[in-house]
Amino acid sequence: MPLLLLGIVTIAFALSNLTKGDPLISIIGERQMDNPEIVAAAKARWGLDRPLPERYLRYVGNLIQGDMGISLRTKQPVARDLMDRLPATLELVIAAMVVGVGGGILLGVVAARYRNRAADHGARFVALLGSSLPVFWSGLLLLFVFSVVLGWLPGPGRLDARLTPPPGVTGFYTVDALLAGDFTTFRLALTHLILPACVLGWAVMGIISRLVRSSMLDVLAQDYILAARAKGASGPRVLVNHALRNAMIPTLTIIGFSFAYLITGAVLTETIFSWPGIGSYTVDAARSLDYPAIMGVTIVGGSAFLLTNLVTDLAYALVDPRVKLG
Amino acid sequence: MKALALLRRLGLPMIIGGFIVLFWIVVALTIDLWSPYDPFSIVGRRLRPPSDVHWLGTDGLGRDVLVRTLYGVRHSLPIALVVVLVSSLGGAMLGAIAGYLGGKTDSVIMRLVDITLSFPAILLAMAVTAALGPGLGNAAVAMVVVSWPVYARLMRAQVLTMREREHVEAAVAAGAGRVRVLTRHILPLCWSPVLVNATMDLGQIVLLAASLSFIGLGALPPTPEWGQMIAEGAVNFYQWWVALGPGLAILSVVLGFNFLGDGLRDLLDPRSAQ
Repeated sequence: MPLLLLGIVTIAFALSNLTKGDPLISIIGERQMDNPEIVAAAKARWGLDRPLPERYLRYVGNLIQGDMGISLRTKQPVARDLMDRLPATLELVIAAMVVGVGGGILLGVVAARYRNRAADHGARFVALLGSSLPVFWSGLLLLFVFSVVLGWLPGPGRLDARLTPPPGVTGFYTVDALLAGDFTTFRLALTHLILPACVLGWAVMGIISRLVRSSMLDVLAQDYILAARAKGASGPRVLVNHALRNAMIPTLTIIGFSFAYLITGAVLTETIFSWPGIGSYTVDAARSLDYPAIMGVTIVGGSAFLLTNLVTDLAYALVDPRVKLG
Repeated sequence: MKALALLRRLGLPMIIGGFIVLFWIVVALTIDLWSPYDPFSIVGRRLRPPSDVHWLGTDGLGRDVLVRTLYGVRHSLPIALVVVLVSSLGGAMLGAIAGYLGGKTDSVIMRLVDITLSFPAILLAMAVTAALGPGLGNAAVAMVVVSWPVYARLMRAQVLTMREREHVEAAVAAGAGRVRVLTRHILPLCWSPVLVNATMDLGQIVLLAASLSFIGLGALPPTPEWGQMIAEGAVNFYQWWVALGPGLAILSVVLGFNFLGDGLRDLLDPRSAQ
């Protein structure tokens, strides 16, 4: 685990030094590049005149203290930029997780219950559609249909531009609005959240429902299901209490795994919905070749991914006592 | 009758997937012969809705959206093919070496796999493309970097199980060298999961390439590339038809390869079909 973290940092650092584009251009502008004095001053200012190993060690040293350098684009510490934008992304990802896991389990159970019948094929197609749709296109399309044509849901962003966000306690607009007792803002924040969460959630529904379906089929073939039916348990009861609970064990891993898909999707979904989170920050950073920011995001994303995998493993052992952590 | 039996054996998903993929291959190869317009030239007024002259309307410059969408396959499909070919062959080779040799070689290769897999694919792909500079070629390099480890892992697991088979022992006893045992007696048995994964990956790579282009790191304007075209569609948000063609194109290709991969898995591994 620490080795992997160091690997992540090293790769991120190596990548940002591999670049052909000179980061100096984005600091001082193309015109000043002919002026050797300004170039030298800027190099010294940003530590670019030091040899590579020294820069690497300094970067790692700073990183341990939570310093990721200054973004070339926003001229702010990358760590602070990321902290500012984290709640927006978390709110979106959690909401999408609820949609994706809820929808995925529902589709999976329906598909397993009505195996090889119309409902099964329908559920599988809906799930497959979700994982095949490019979110940056489905987001665009749904936004157009629900916001422009039907007018049911608001446009992009977390709130209408003229509204002030609720007082920041958690940074989640929905939760903060509730805490402040401001139901109008709560309703607006929620309606702004629905569409991006559905777009993102739909994208992970596919892998979750596929796994739920196959592990439900495994479980439904077990003798204890037959025994429960023989004892007179009702259909839904057998399905939920006996089958689903056991089928959830393998599903847990995939929920952790789907986090990777959520991050991928969040990057693109946030761009479409002008969502001020880490995803859109990443895209802006990549577009303007803002290396400190790209490095920061890559490292944070990689570590978050590692952490989810660890948590998933632990949860796995918790749910299934047969699993021993080696 | 024989043809019918064959079709039944292939199954419906594989037939649908095959048709979709075949359609796009035919388009890629023959579009120059029958395309009514040039994908780069302005052929009408800008941002016109679909009509009988321009079936999917015109884009922000007045180019035909349908023609550009069809031409787009010439970027997406070859790139996906090359990326998947390079990463599956390269990854599988490294995985096979790791599994067969074991020891130090194994742990070095597998650590590299672990580190690469610990990045969410899009983040690493974005970082690599940003480092190399925007462009479809660099995006392809980035996609190889993010997609080879899965193949290495798959192949290693396969080699580890096949290595213990009796026929391998027999080959070693008969005096076959390491290279010969690996290439002649182990590898031929290991390909089917790699093949299934590669087929599914083709769709995912088309999607990833389009995502990178959408962000602005892949194909650059005026290339008729699907992700790039959707980005233009996002600018002209109220003209829904600008992004419609490329979106449907991506969807159909990804669905096609998913169906094909699913069918292929059932065909190669009859147990998983049950």
